[in-house]
Amino acid sequence: MIRSIQKIVGGLLGWTESRSGLVSFVAPLVTHRVPRDAKWWYVFGSASLMFFSIQVVTGILLATMYAPSAAEAYQSLQYIDHQVPFGWMLRALHAWSSNAMILMVVIHMSQVFLHASFKFPRELMWMVGVLLLFCTLALAFTGQIMRWDQDAYWGLGIGAAIMDRVPVIGNQLRNVMLGGPYIGGATLSRFFALHVFVLPGLTIALIGAHMALILKNGISEMPKPGMVVDPKTYVAEYEERIKKTGVPFMPDAAQRDMVFCGLMLILVGALAAYLGPVGPSGVPNPTIIDANPRPDYAFLWIFTALALMPPQIETAVLLIAPPIVVLALLGLPLLSNRGERAPSRRPGAVISYVLIATVLGTLTWLGVVSAWSPVMNAWTSLPTPPQYLVGRTPLEMQGALVMQHSQCRNCHSLGGEGGMRGPNLDNVGSRKSWDQLVRQVQQGGGNMPAYGKNLSSAETTAVVAFMTTLRNDGAPESTIPGAMERQSSPDQAPKPVLGDAGK
Amino acid sequence: MSCDCSNTPSNQPPPPSPPSARRGVMLKLGIGLMGIGGAIASIPLVGYAITPALKKYKNSWIDLGGIADFPEGETRLGKFTNPNAAPTDGESAEQAVWVRSFKPAQFQVFAVNCAHLGCPVKWFQQSKLFMCPCHGGVYYEDGTRASGPPPRGLFEYKWKIENGRLLIDAGRLPGLEQTV
Repeated sequence: MIRSIQKIVGGLLGWTESRSGLVSFVAPLVTHRVPRDAKWWYVFGSASLMFFSIQVVTGILLATMYAPSAAEAYQSLQYIDHQVPFGWMLRALHAWSSNAMILMVVIHMSQVFLHASFKFPRELMWMVGVLLLFCTLALAFTGQIMRWDQDAYWGLGIGAAIMDRVPVIGNQLRNVMLGGPYIGGATLSRFFALHVFVLPGLTIALIGAHMALILKNGISEMPKPGMVVDPKTYVAEYEERIKKTGVPFMPDAAQRDMVFCGLMLILVGALAAYLGPVGPSGVPNPTIIDANPRPDYAFLWIFTALALMPPQIETAVLLIAPPIVVLALLGLPLLSNRGERAPSRRPGAVISYVLIATVLGTLTWLGVVSAWSPVMNAWTSLPTPPQYLVGRTPLEMQGALVMQHSQCRNCHSLGGEGGMRGPNLDNVGSRKSWDQLVRQVQQGGGNMPAYGKNLSSAETTAVVAFMTTLRNDGAPESTIPGAMERQSSPDQAPKPVLGDAGK
Repeated sequence: MSCDCSNTPSNQPPPPSPPSARRGVMLKLGIGLMGIGGAIASIPLVGYAITPALKKYKNSWIDLGGIADFPEGETRLGKFTNPNAAPTDGESAEQAVWVRSFKPAQFQVFAVNCAHLGCPVKWFQQSKLFMCPCHGGVYYEDGTRASGPPPRGLFEYKWKIENGRLLIDAGRLPGLEQTV
């Protein structure tokens, strides 16, 4: 019985193999020899691929329920989240595995950069890898649009405004991006086509090229100081070493990939189950003005750069920086394709990496805090801390009311709560004198709007009187050196205030 | 299964024959025909893809409501449906503008889109400022830039009054290149 089954299976396999050559095609791929020292540093590429596969599977499943129409997308997401069994988990997996994929791609790229694995003969592998990075980010951006919520809508608005800054053809480019003269159904459909057809197809093709190049050139060895890359001799030397000390990919290297990928899969799965799906935030109705749009993590650094850049150079940077970054990344292995690979012998590369990583990390963190954004509801949601009202005169109390009512706290914090765009006001009375405060309130400056027209003379007097009481314990009221000392409290003799729009 | 060819000595080169010359011509013809066919076929494809760049989108006069809806001294949100709306737009076809009435029958109609990067600005009646939640752009009540990164003031719509109704000339997303 068993023998006959063996015979049938063997016969079937033989029949298939003789017609397809599958085994003889695949066997060399899985058993190709890799360097013995290619250990845990080498798992991140495989993990990127695993997360991409999860994106493909969850993406296809989501596409069976998602309605890619601006009129129905939002509702279809609500339906998937709340009505479809495991729908929420699928959306959560798709979102968190996308973040994990970006993270793995970035770590993989960091390793390749720090170990200079991009040097001869692996220049093309690096370039294809850079294109894969752009595909990954483009998939993340277009995926964020699929949520079709307020973040997606206004994120598109930001994209459109950036396009608009391109000279001469800016408006045409913008209209092509949006599929018309405004953000609407055509926009979502365009980004859907990109997200589910164009970009995945491109990514799969590039992954194929990346893998073919791995098989052609082999995986790089761990860098050793003094072991220099010389294009004349490298290939022969590498093949000699691999023949002597190399190990088959399956199982020697693959087992490590599997352990790491398995752990990551469990981790991201647990994270997705715990944190749930990302968005959708508010309904994408542009007449709902209370939106507070924020991009996903991968793009927060751009959001920050756009807030902190001096406005004079913004358009120039927006138009010039992207091509420079693209060319620099693609051209890197052409600039340096020989010599030392060890980080200890490439201090310039290590310093550049640390610098770039610090800048991107800091910009991302600043984007999470986004101190430059006014807290739009601070004036209604954050009461004046009671300790700042104790023992105040009626005028000063009135000033506290003016401060609250005039949205000062949207940009200035008090008692640790409120906006962070302007300085906190907890001890502003120690820093600025009465006259300085009047000038600042009326004329603005240093990124503060002028309130001269918007506050009456009495309101200005009151709010300044309140601010002069905001001092550290026991600190004296700030005065301008040489200026006349104020004789009495503002209640009895309010200082005259410049100008009065009258209310 | 036998044929005459088995008798042909293997070292004898195949006779130079007209077919190989014809094949050269055929290859050129094939490339030429594919090229012409492809070029013709790509006209509608490219045209379809870049239609939004070629088409001239027109604004229309949109009714925002009676002028009594926008009392003097106030700035209120006006809402309308985009005249260029498509059937699949859903709620994204709804549009909003800030309408400021500063004298009897005198208006300023501002785009809600910040002149910096297009986020929705919000009006604060008490401080008479428009604030943007994204990068902190602030504008005065007349739309001029007060602080933050915007390179200019708020975009303004053309408006007119007809039969006691306030009309604005709208239809495009405002931007630096082509304002409203």
